[in-house]
Formats: sequence, C-alpha cells, structure tokens
Amino acid sequence: MEGIEDDVGHVPLLEAEEEEEEGRRPLRLRGSYLGIFGSTVFLVSMAALIIYQGHDYYDEAKIENKGNNNNNYNKVPRGVAEGVSAKSNSFLSETTPYNWTNAMLSWQRTAFHFQPERNWMNDPNGPLFHKGWYHLFYQYNPFSAVWGNITWGHAVSRDLIHWLYLPEAIVRDMWFDINGAWSGSATLLPGGEIVMLYTGYTHQQVQVQNLAYPADASDPLLLNWVKYAKNPVMVPPPGIGPNDFRDPTTAWFGPDNKWTLTLGSMLNDSGLSLVYKTTDFINYELNDHFLHVVPGTGMWECVDFYPVSINGSVGLDTSANGPGVKHVLKASLDDTKLDYYAIGTYFIENDTWIPDDPDLDVGIGLRLDYGKYYASKSFYDQNKQRRVLWGWINESDSEVADITKGWASLQTIPRTVLYDKKTGTNLLQWPVEEIESLRLSSHEFKELLVKPGTVVPLHIGPATQLDIIAEFEIELLGSEGIVNNVEGCGVGAVERSAFGPFGILAIANDQLSELTPIYFRLSNYGNGTSTTTTTTTTSTSFCVDETRSSKAPDVSKQVFGSKVPVLNDEKLSLRVLVDHSIIESFAQGGRTVISSRVYPTEAIYGAARLFLFNNATDINIKASLKIWQLNSAFIRPFPFHDTQ
Amino acid sequence: MANLKTTTTLFFVLFLIAMTSLPSITLCDENLIESTCRKTPNFNLCVQSLKAFPGSASADVRGLGLIMVKVMQSKANDAINKIRELQRSGPSPALTSCASKYNAIVVGDIPEANEAFSKGMPKFAENGANDAANEATFCENGFNGRSPLTQQNNAMRDVAAITAAIARQLL
Repeated sequence: MEGIEDDVGHVPLLEAEEEEEEGRRPLRLRGSYLGIFGSTVFLVSMAALIIYQGHDYYDEAKIENKGNNNNNYNKVPRGVAEGVSAKSNSFLSETTPYNWTNAMLSWQRTAFHFQPERNWMNDPNGPLFHKGWYHLFYQYNPFSAVWGNITWGHAVSRDLIHWLYLPEAIVRDMWFDINGAWSGSATLLPGGEIVMLYTGYTHQQVQVQNLAYPADASDPLLLNWVKYAKNPVMVPPPGIGPNDFRDPTTAWFGPDNKWTLTLGSMLNDSGLSLVYKTTDFINYELNDHFLHVVPGTGMWECVDFYPVSINGSVGLDTSANGPGVKHVLKASLDDTKLDYYAIGTYFIENDTWIPDDPDLDVGIGLRLDYGKYYASKSFYDQNKQRRVLWGWINESDSEVADITKGWASLQTIPRTVLYDKKTGTNLLQWPVEEIESLRLSSHEFKELLVKPGTVVPLHIGPATQLDIIAEFEIELLGSEGIVNNVEGCGVGAVERSAFGPFGILAIANDQLSELTPIYFRLSNYGNGTSTTTTTTTTSTSFCVDETRSSKAPDVSKQVFGSKVPVLNDEKLSLRVLVDHSIIESFAQGGRTVISSRVYPTEAIYGAARLFLFNNATDINIKASLKIWQLNSAFIRPFPFHDTQ
Repeated sequence: MANLKTTTTLFFVLFLIAMTSLPSITLCDENLIESTCRKTPNFNLCVQSLKAFPGSASADVRGLGLIMVKVMQSKANDAINKIRELQRSGPSPALTSCASKYNAIVVGDIPEANEAFSKGMPKFAENGANDAANEATFCENGFNGRSPLTQQNNAMRDVAAITAAIARQLL
C-alpha cells in the first residue's frame, strides 16, 4: 500500500480497494458482490419483519374470558328433557326466525318488583328512610329503553313494596354533571339533615363527586333537590384517572369526630377503595392509604362498606363499630359485571380493612348474587333497625325486544342483610318481611315423595306470581358407599348424578317444553360411608338453569349457581319469588342467592305451571312446601291529585 | 471499476440508512389505530374502517370508538336500504323481522354506544355494540340459510364486534 499515507482526504476503504484493484481483481469483485448481496438480504428481511409485525395477533381467548354478562353467545350445551344426554348446540345457529308477540312481551312486566313505567333503569341510588317514607332513587333514561340521558329517577313507599313514582330528583343541568348524574349515596346526619353525594361527569369529561341536599327537609317526599353551588367537592386526586373515580358511599362518623366515606377506583388493574374525610361535606381530605386494594380485579364500581353484628340479629347503623362488629366491603367489578363481597375487620385507627379470609377477598371470593345482578347498594333503615340491600337486575333479552316492549331493567325485592353467625363466612339475604303483605291464598304440601327421574305437578292455580318456601329431605336408595364426587351445577338440570339435581321447575308448561329448574346438587351424601377412612365431604350446590327457560333463540340462557354451605343439622331449604320474567331464589336462609331472568314464549299467563322434580339417580326426595299466590304491588305515580 | 465502486457505496449507504431508521420503522408505525385494532377480532377491517375517517389519526381510544360507531351507523343504513329494496319485490316475515332488528340498532344500540363513549361509560358502549352484532346475526339466521342480506349482516356484525372490543379496552 505505498502512497496511501499521502492520500489524507480519501476514504481509506475506497482507497484500499483502489490500491488492490490491479493485483486482486477477481477477489475484490466477489467481495463487492457479497456486500451488495448481504445488504439486499438484510433490507429484504427487515421489510419482511415490518410487514409481519402488522399481522393481527388478537388474543381471542383472553378477551372472551373477560366475560361480558350481556353476551348472548350461549356456550352451555342443552339437553333433552328426559335428561339422557346433552347436545351441544350454539343457539346462534338456530334457524327459526323468531317473533315476539305483544302477549309474550306484556307478560314479562313484573307485578311487584320495582320498575319505572317505561324506559331504562340501572343502578339504585341514595336509598333512605325519612319521615315515614322509604325513598329509592335510580339511574334512569327518560327517553329510551336503552342506557343514556341518565338522570335520577325517584320513587317513595311506606313499606319497600308499594312504590309511587315521583318526578326526577336530579337532572344533568350543571357543568359538573352535564355529561352524567351518576350513582351516589345518602348520609343522614344526627340533626336530621340529609346529604347526597353523587358522581357527576363534567363538561370536560372528568368524573367528580358532587353534593346535593333536599330543598326542603321537612318535605316527607323530598321532591326537590339543591346542588351545592361550588360543586364539585371531590375531584380525581393525582395518579387517579379521570374515568376511574365514582360512586361515593354513605359516610360514617368516627371517634376522630370526622365523617369518613369511600369510593372505588383502580390503578394498573388493581381495584381499590379511596378514603376521604370531612367535617362539613364540603371540604374533604384524601387519606394516603386505601381502605383496601385487590390486584387483578379491575375498576371497583358501587363500593359499599358497612358494619354487621356478629351476633347476627339486627342491622347496624353505618357508623356502628366496636367489639362484636365486623365490616363488609363490597364492590361491583366493571370487568366482569359481578358483585363481590368480603367480611373482615375495619381498623378505624388508620381506615384500612382486611378480609377474614384472604382467599375470599373482594373480587375473588363470595358473590352477593350468582345470577343476573349488579350495582347493589345497601342502607341502614333506622325505622326497623335493619340493613336493606337493593340490586339492579338488567334484562337478558335483546335490545330490539326492550325497545318494542318499551322498558328495561328491574330492582330486586329489597333484602335484609345479616351476618350468618352459624357459618361465619357468609351474609344472609332475605326478602323484606313486608313482601308477605302481598300474600293471598296458599297451598301446603307435606313430604311429597319424588322418585328418581320423575316430575310431580303442584296444583296451585296460577304460577307466575308466587312465594315458595320449600324443604327437602333425602332418602338414600340402594347400598351405601356411593362415591359421587361431582361438584357444581353441571351443564344444567339434565345432567343426572347420584345425589342431584332435584328441586322445583318454575315458569314451566305442561309439556315441559319450557321450564326453569331451581335445584340442589350434592357431591356426596355421607351416610357413614365406610369403605374408606377418608372423610367424604359433601358439597352442596344451588343452581338455576335457564337453558330451557324459553324456546326463543335471542335471549341469554345460562346456568347460574354456587356452592352453598349446609350444616349438619340443617335440611335443604329454599325460598323462591316468582314474578313473571324474574325469579329470585334463596338457599339455606339466604346464604346463596340467585336472580334470574326468563322470557318464555309458551309458559306464560295461564299456561305457566309449577313442578317438583328429581333427576338424581340414587335418592328419593321428600319435599314439603308452602306456596302463596302474590298480589300485584300496583306500582304507579304518586296520587298528587288526591287529597291526603 | 467506478460503476462497481459507486454501486457498492450506494448499497452501503442504503444499508446505513436502513440500520438507523429501522427502530422508527418498527415503532413509529405502531400508532394508536394499529395498537387498538390489534385487540379487536378483525385487525384489517378495523384499521381500514378507522383510517377512512378524517381525524382518526389524532383520536384517542375513545375517539376511535366513536368513529367505529359512525361506521356501525353506515353499515346499518346499508342494511336498511337493502331490506327496503328487497321488500319492494317481495315482503317476507324474515325481512320484516330484520327491519325491526335494524331499527333497534339505529334507535337503541347506536345512540347508546355513542353516548356511552362520549360520556365515559364504555361498558354501555360494549352492551350496545354486542347487541347490534347479535341483532345482525339473528336477522341472518331468520332466512334458514338463504339470506339475501348476508353481506350486510356480516358487515354489521364484524364492525359491531370491533366496536365492542374497543369499548372493552376502555374498561
């Protein structure tokens, strides 16, 4: 390479090539081509990589598992009525066109469950008792049978059953709620004042908490409400998203002489509850730690937090505390549309709460209701010293049906809530006793024998408005020592096993072409089975099977249920409220509750029947029942024109 | 010799350009439309539908949801127009049933989804979009396999499914 040192300005590589040119032409040529080839390969492969990355890798399984409760894609196989074998048949492939008649749609409207005269309803809001009246507010769309234009509907009742509609209480007319007057709760102050805190969605699309109070607290009907002029009183704190801040609870008064309340939020898919303190309901301080947080549960909506007496006999004011008191924390999970609760201990010193059993924490343990149920809210009824729980029951049919029939959604019959001192793990929910005022005639059946694989009709007259209380005794057939080991609800009532299913068939027709089984299924039946020394644990499941509730293909038909604790000295018992298109089922005094929507096409009006059934293979059932016809509650507008 | 030298230089320079711009080629193209559409059942349809709307490039996820609702509206209109056309030449129960289903989509599902996206309540947008997909499927099923609306029903269903998936991302 003589002379290269002289060429200061040249690029050495090229210079070297130039120098090499004469001596090694063939090699240089091949080297150069290699360079070109290599670059081309590299560029082409990069291009291919870029194009490949644009390919869709949508993870179907992950999204489907998130489970939208409104998803009508029924994946549960349905079986033949005789219960031989289940056949798998997604209802989407059914080819009969389906037409709802006015008769079918009109029948769906309930007789004694709260629902507005028309249009859409969702979350119950601000329930309270004041000057002789129970008040219910609710998310309401005044214009359509689908969600939208949300305002606060309002109704009053003397007895939680007979409701009278009042004008809307809160409308969206201020910048701090112009985009939504959403859910909230009432706090009753010792002096008789009522404060209402509710979530507003502002003109800038931020969720905030607003204060409202009755225009005239001496008005028993609380017709008019005033919004605090300097709303909002709480805005999303740093670190909390503007769409993750809603549904404030009733406040409780503590030894620090402050009112404390909580509301749900989330951080990185962990559901949590923020804590605020106030003395005047206008100025609030945020606690630096959460009341509680559970990873992986997503946004917590409609948080509810209240004390229960471990003695289990009366409800407690929201401010109650002390020995003999546990606290319930409940959240509605936005991701799965399910309501979860957990019982635990409230550490009032630092406003934190921990569950009694971390495996049954909020969002991963027990549910208030295993059916179609969401956005529940409780309040302390100082009139009768009980804690009363409301829950929103959405429709499971299609929106075209909702629009045609002109309404959507119900509230449950209000339920009392007590701590179950026998198990220590569950709450007990039970319809408020005032429902008994609707009872008309009754029928009683004692120890009706139902053999395996049989159906026994119950002749009670009309079967669409009923209060059913039943007890079941099991009679083991054949030899002992059957080990069954089935758990859960199975694919429905068609799936037979040794010790279940058995129960009742509600909203059924004579031909049993439409029916809704409500049943128990035992995993084992310990009768001192002695072949092994290992304990045969019996688990009992309580279930509602909607899969044959209707022939219509465009309604959701699922099997709902859960295990229910049954103590040794207890008989299996259930209570069922049947009210047209809603069935509320309670097992073991309310340890497990299932709300269900049914939309039959044939088992309606006079064609609806009630049956007992036993689809187990190895047991007889003896059922004792008392069944009442229930009257309508005649829910209607408040009779302002009548003289009081 | 000079030719080969310049060609080699050219390739080398291209190579360098590729190396330095590679990160931006793979990452910058990963814009919000594409990352959102990845999490829907139909990436290509999602991207194509969104990119056809002005303003989609600068929209947030909620804005993309609102655009998809507009796309749903347009597919619903297509179906309704087709139904009317078919009804002129021969009404049938299946067509009448479809008409009422698409009416529900236009009167119920679409306004619900629109308001839900605008007002930050995406769960109701998911409900409305899922219902619209169902209504289209029921309309299709009503023809016992000989549907004259397959193209419109499929379009409606696919677009609604994408909209529901976008709503879910906002939960």
